[in-house]
Amino acid sequence: MAKKLDLRRFPGFLPLTFLCLFLLYAPLIIVMVYSFNDSNSITNWGGLSLRWYVEVFTGVESEKFKSAAINSISIAIMAAIISTSIATLAATAMLKAGNFRGKSVGFALINLPLMVPEIVTAVATLIFFSAIGFTTGYLTILVAHIVFCIPFAYLPIAARMQGIEDVYEQAAMDLYATRFQTFRLILLPLMTPGIISGFLLAFIISLDDFIITNFVKGAGIETLPTAIFGSVKQGIKPNIMAISTLLLLVSVVFVTLSYLVGRMGQNKKVTTD
Amino acid sequence: MAGGLPKSSESNTSTYAGLGALLMLPSWVMIGFFLVLPVGLMLVYSFLTKEFRGGVIWEFSLAAYDQFFFDRGLFGDDPPVIEWTYIKIFWRSIWQAGLATFFCLIIGFPTAWFIATRTGANKSIWLFLITIPYWVNLLIRTISMKFLIRDNGPLNEWLLSLGIISDPIHMINTNFAVQLGLFYSYLPFMVLPIYASVERYNFAFSEAAADLYASRLTTLRHIILPFVKPGIIAGCILVFVPSLGAFLAPDLLGGAKNFMIGSLIEEQFKGNAGNWPFGAAVSMILLSMVLVVLTFYARQQSKGGVR
Repeated sequence: MAKKLDLRRFPGFLPLTFLCLFLLYAPLIIVMVYSFNDSNSITNWGGLSLRWYVEVFTGVESEKFKSAAINSISIAIMAAIISTSIATLAATAMLKAGNFRGKSVGFALINLPLMVPEIVTAVATLIFFSAIGFTTGYLTILVAHIVFCIPFAYLPIAARMQGIEDVYEQAAMDLYATRFQTFRLILLPLMTPGIISGFLLAFIISLDDFIITNFVKGAGIETLPTAIFGSVKQGIKPNIMAISTLLLLVSVVFVTLSYLVGRMGQNKKVTTD
Repeated sequence: MAGGLPKSSESNTSTYAGLGALLMLPSWVMIGFFLVLPVGLMLVYSFLTKEFRGGVIWEFSLAAYDQFFFDRGLFGDDPPVIEWTYIKIFWRSIWQAGLATFFCLIIGFPTAWFIATRTGANKSIWLFLITIPYWVNLLIRTISMKFLIRDNGPLNEWLLSLGIISDPIHMINTNFAVQLGLFYSYLPFMVLPIYASVERYNFAFSEAAADLYASRLTTLRHIILPFVKPGIIAGCILVFVPSLGAFLAPDLLGGAKNFMIGSLIEEQFKGNAGNWPFGAAVSMILLSMVLVVLTFYARQQSKGGVR
């Protein structure tokens, strides 16, 4: 046994892992710490304070950030709901509907938003909207977000659906349930953890997007990332660090939720098997 | 997490047999109409005539590609010579993306190996720690890096106070800063696919090699690396492709001197250049490069599948 463990170990891998985690977290932790800095300059440490958080909510830029946050959150909720619904139907088709024409092309199409570089998607979407005379603004951002959220919502949903055997649905059909009833009463409840997980990931992806939003948003509308980017162009101010910390915490909370929900689903699967 | 093709639906007894196309319809419509069609339109736009301050005139022209490859002097009537400006920007982007991929591999492989060889709950906690930064807003991560490495930022202050350096190191707006930003942005992308590969590795192979007196390094080189190669290639592509078209790291950390493809494209649409056909042409060139890389990847994958 000792020998087996030994073969798994390579000298230097543990320090490199710690280095990896350190590199990933150090900048984030430093910004979080400095967001509590009670000093006008971002360089000097002046003790702990919440003044920059107060500034975010009541300061000069607070109106801008507030409307940007409302746009960001409402777009993220709608984009997540719509892309999750689309992805759920697509996963049902890919995994539960046997073979049909265009299946492999369909699978490639769902993953397409992951393969095209974001900036290319941004350019193409902007050109398309301007060519068909669609005024850029709230709606263009929403449509673009729905499209690139589909593959992110699809992944956990399909992963979950792969673990659900056909027997439950077969049983329902044997008892004369219609296919719609089977879908609604059997498949959807079993799918819930995957769907929630997909929804949360799509929400985060939409909330975080900068490049595509920046291209398709047009004048006069901002989301949180574009508003933050605009401010940072004039230099990093302490209130930017406070708002970054808030957004960072939102991401961490949502990903943790998604992870826990996904694990809950797995545990359940083990017990029903 | 594979989400790949199904195993159980080969037969036609599947619950929703016959409904496949209908269920797929919403995703086909959304992605087809708002991504495939736009990319096609972008190709068309790259062959149109530019209108000043954005937009196009519907008149066929090769001007965008000509501008990319040839320099015809100030008035456009000199004999064409090769224009190096944009080729240099592409070359810098490829170089930076390649370097970022290399550094991510150096740190990412040992990390992935270490995590995959943990047991039980430990493993998922380590994995979770690596995934969190991936989901944190890229803009915020880039801003954090910018803050950290400023001339009078925390990193320089710390090094100064430790006496390691006597003057602040100038890092911001250098190639090094862009490199650091790319490496930092895409490091988790390297760890996750390699981790998935190492997970499937059977340590009986290592034991067999050890029984035959193979040293640890020999085992790593001849047994482990060939086995996890698909994961390494996937990780490299996941780092290289987004690095190539990155916008935030070069823009926020690199400044005007360290232009990459992403900034070049952005300037045609959002900046002062305002040349849509040229921006579309540069995007098409970037997209074709990415397609070449992905085709190479698909080839590798199908070869691995046969084995």
